[in-house]
Amino acid sequence: MEIKTVGVAGTLESSDIQIMISAGQNGIEVDLDSEVAKSYGDQIKKVITETLNKFGITNAKVKATDKGALDCVIAARTLAAAQRATETTDQPRLEVLQ
Amino acid sequence: MTYVKNRLRRTMMFVPGNNPAMVKDAGIYGADSIMLDLEDAVSLTEKDAARMLVFKAIKTVDFGGAEIVVRINGQDTPFYDQDVKAMVRAGVDVIRLPKTESAAMIKKLVADMEKAEEEYGIQKDSIGVMAAIESAKGVLNAPEIATATPLMMGLAVSGEDYTADMHTHRYPDGRELEFARNMVLQAARAADVYAFDTVFSNMNDTEGFYRETKYIYELGYDGKSLVNPRQIPMVNKVFNPTKEEIENALSVQNAIQEAKAKGSGVISMNGKMVDKPVVEKANRVIETAKASNLIDEEGNYIGE
Amino acid sequence: MENKVKRNLPDDLMTKMNLKPFESVEIGNPEVKRVAPKVQVTTGESKVVDSLEDVIKKTLKDGMTISFHHHFRNGDFAFNKVMNLIIKMGYQNLTLAPSSLTGVMNDTVIEAIKRGVITNITSSGMRGSLGDFVSHGGLENPVIFRSHGNRARSIEEGEIKIDVAFLGVPNADPAGNANGQEGDAVFGSLGYALIDAQYADKVVLLTDNIVDYPNTPASIKQTQVDYVVQVDQIGDADKIGSGATRFTKDPKELKIAQTVNQVITNSPYYKQGFSFQTGSGGAALAVTRYLRESMLKDGIKASFALGGITKPTTDLLEEGLVKKIMDVQDFDKGAAASMAQNKNQQEIDASWYADPHNKGAVVNNLDVAILSALQIDTNFNVNVMTGSDGVIRGAIGGHQDAAAAKMTIITAPLVRGRNATVVPEVETVVTPGDSIDVLVTERGIAINPRRKDLIAAFAKVPELNIVDIKELQEMAQKQVGIPKPLEYTDRVVALIQYRDGTIIDTIKQVKD
Repeated sequence: MEIKTVGVAGTLESSDIQIMISAGQNGIEVDLDSEVAKSYGDQIKKVITETLNKFGITNAKVKATDKGALDCVIAARTLAAAQRATETTDQPRLEVLQ
Repeated sequence: MTYVKNRLRRTMMFVPGNNPAMVKDAGIYGADSIMLDLEDAVSLTEKDAARMLVFKAIKTVDFGGAEIVVRINGQDTPFYDQDVKAMVRAGVDVIRLPKTESAAMIKKLVADMEKAEEEYGIQKDSIGVMAAIESAKGVLNAPEIATATPLMMGLAVSGEDYTADMHTHRYPDGRELEFARNMVLQAARAADVYAFDTVFSNMNDTEGFYRETKYIYELGYDGKSLVNPRQIPMVNKVFNPTKEEIENALSVQNAIQEAKAKGSGVISMNGKMVDKPVVEKANRVIETAKASNLIDEEGNYIGE
Repeated sequence: MENKVKRNLPDDLMTKMNLKPFESVEIGNPEVKRVAPKVQVTTGESKVVDSLEDVIKKTLKDGMTISFHHHFRNGDFAFNKVMNLIIKMGYQNLTLAPSSLTGVMNDTVIEAIKRGVITNITSSGMRGSLGDFVSHGGLENPVIFRSHGNRARSIEEGEIKIDVAFLGVPNADPAGNANGQEGDAVFGSLGYALIDAQYADKVVLLTDNIVDYPNTPASIKQTQVDYVVQVDQIGDADKIGSGATRFTKDPKELKIAQTVNQVITNSPYYKQGFSFQTGSGGAALAVTRYLRESMLKDGIKASFALGGITKPTTDLLEEGLVKKIMDVQDFDKGAAASMAQNKNQQEIDASWYADPHNKGAVVNNLDVAILSALQIDTNFNVNVMTGSDGVIRGAIGGHQDAAAAKMTIITAPLVRGRNATVVPEVETVVTPGDSIDVLVTERGIAINPRRKDLIAAFAKVPELNIVDIKELQEMAQKQVGIPKPLEYTDRVVALIQYRDGTIIDTIKQVKD
């Protein structure tokens, strides 16, 4: 999938995560800011990367600002940001979240 | 999750669909039904993100056995089609249609749900619907709306929009809602579906909340829509049956068992025949009493 | 060596510091010997001096132990005034032994450590930048964390030998009679400082309010005081405690508080003349409110409330629902003001409150204690000291001590953000599970299997959802996932003592 614009989804409220996706060349590069990075950083990056891959994005820069989000929230926000970045919001790809 | 037509629905707690913290904890307060909101609680720019969050939450979050209702966006919005598809795919219990004004709107919803069920391989008729009545037209058409589909779970009065439509607003005594409340309840009862009262949003007016809840309970409503989990125990308190009601209900149930033991089709108590509505009322009383811990496992009264 | 809560303790350090591993929550009846301070006889009427520097020069030598109290909390001016001078005067190798360390002290302590002024610390806790600094190996010798009761015990038995105590007070007369109840910066009970006044060789009071002799009530007495130093301002009244007490509106905290109240009122201890300690924090205040409603409805009155006191508790005293308050510190202005007005609000020192080696501390008479937790594990061991990142950010306070109550209830949400609170194993054991009886979370309560009596009592209460603690732990894990284990170096940066002085756990330097 082609990234056409910068896609942002999610908020900086507690239990949420803000995902910002822009075009990249070197696979999925996640820049993560999280208070639980030590314990869950790898897991958060894994969920973001897997969600994007499933959606069909293999190259992207991702800025993730985490406020203690659970995996289900991370996946939902990543998909929302990806659809906004690819300008495909009108065709929700919910199977990515299955 | 599968839709169950008859169950206890005293409390329907509204939860903003785009708020992960609130969605995550929605199941801990003991609400009978949780209504995840994609409509008024979500800004226009976040409809897509909220839909995804609610979809994923329905599939992963432990809601503690509550019935999951999703309020989708209205049929006059560009979000409606995708909302219906997403919630059918998520396998929600009930879809709530806002601003329902006619049976045709409900029939369209059911047809759209059926299409989605087919497309995504979801079992047909596994999801219920409910109608939010928010306008004068909706109130007048409540009878046809209530009977529009066998999947109808219930009708809910929505006071804010309705009073605006009526050129008035909410008052503490609720007289402006009198007709709508009675009309919707009448339509619901006649169609054998549930009736829910509108929200009460002033959290600081505990006395007013109790007054309104007691009033709609006495009218015969099944439950109330809530904006704050703190209102759940208050509603349950109002809906608790009295000791006399429970004891009477227990006697009715005993009579049923005696009749069964005798192989008799006629249930009698104190020499009088017990009719179907009495049996149903007894069952409702026992169910509520159990949910509120007023009787123990063996059916003995343990309330105060 | 491994102690009874299965924590591995470094043998070399244990031997070097002559420490014993934690054995049991049973204190038994040991015979102990107490120490007495050196007294420099004072004659004359006034001990007032203007120069703090002169007093320090006269009393302090390199290598000594100095102490402070933390009753001013974040409104404290005394600590920085004294410490900055000590740093400036070039002292070295001091041991810092305050009742606890609050945020306003952090920068000064870090500077003093960096300059070699402070080389040893014992405290109830530390937070923020100082906790971070120590957790990253900033102090060479391990910090010793002690509970309030254990600090009193250690001072009485000479394990902490205070050479000079610098005690800020909102009032004092020229001879040194002082209390915490009148002046611009009042905080109510002087509970933690009273031990220092009694056992330090030199006692220096700092105050901005010198009053006529004789000053009563005299919490600190002239018989204990060497100097009274006049300063321009001793504290910031607005930062000492929270102003008006606001009840939490967080529905999750309220739900937990309601459940705690059901646990209390359905326990065998809830009867005429029972006693409780609720502590501070949103859920604790809400518990007090729900308990009040139940006590009114059931016609039950408590004989006493204990501990850190808040306004909702002094309100119960006013209403006659609580007959006495045994008060070691006050968390808000209302509670502090009440002490001056109500003779049934008794000031108690840390020893009377909680010292395990005593002829009976008040915690021994306590029925119900409600305590919080950063983490609790499936053996009911509680951590109130290190965060989920392994960094020091807490205080033992009276946690281990109040857990001596007949029924100790821990309140905690199942998860905070993405961190599980109920875990397979706590990062740091502070209070052993053997002294914990009930855990209350928003998803249900767990009862320590040791307490068959409570299990039987609560099984009859349909409102109480009783769950195995392992099930709660799994529920939490299902939500947040399994965290990557934290990485530490081998270096011990802090020791956690149990209230009897044995070592219950160590804190290691975090790897970053």
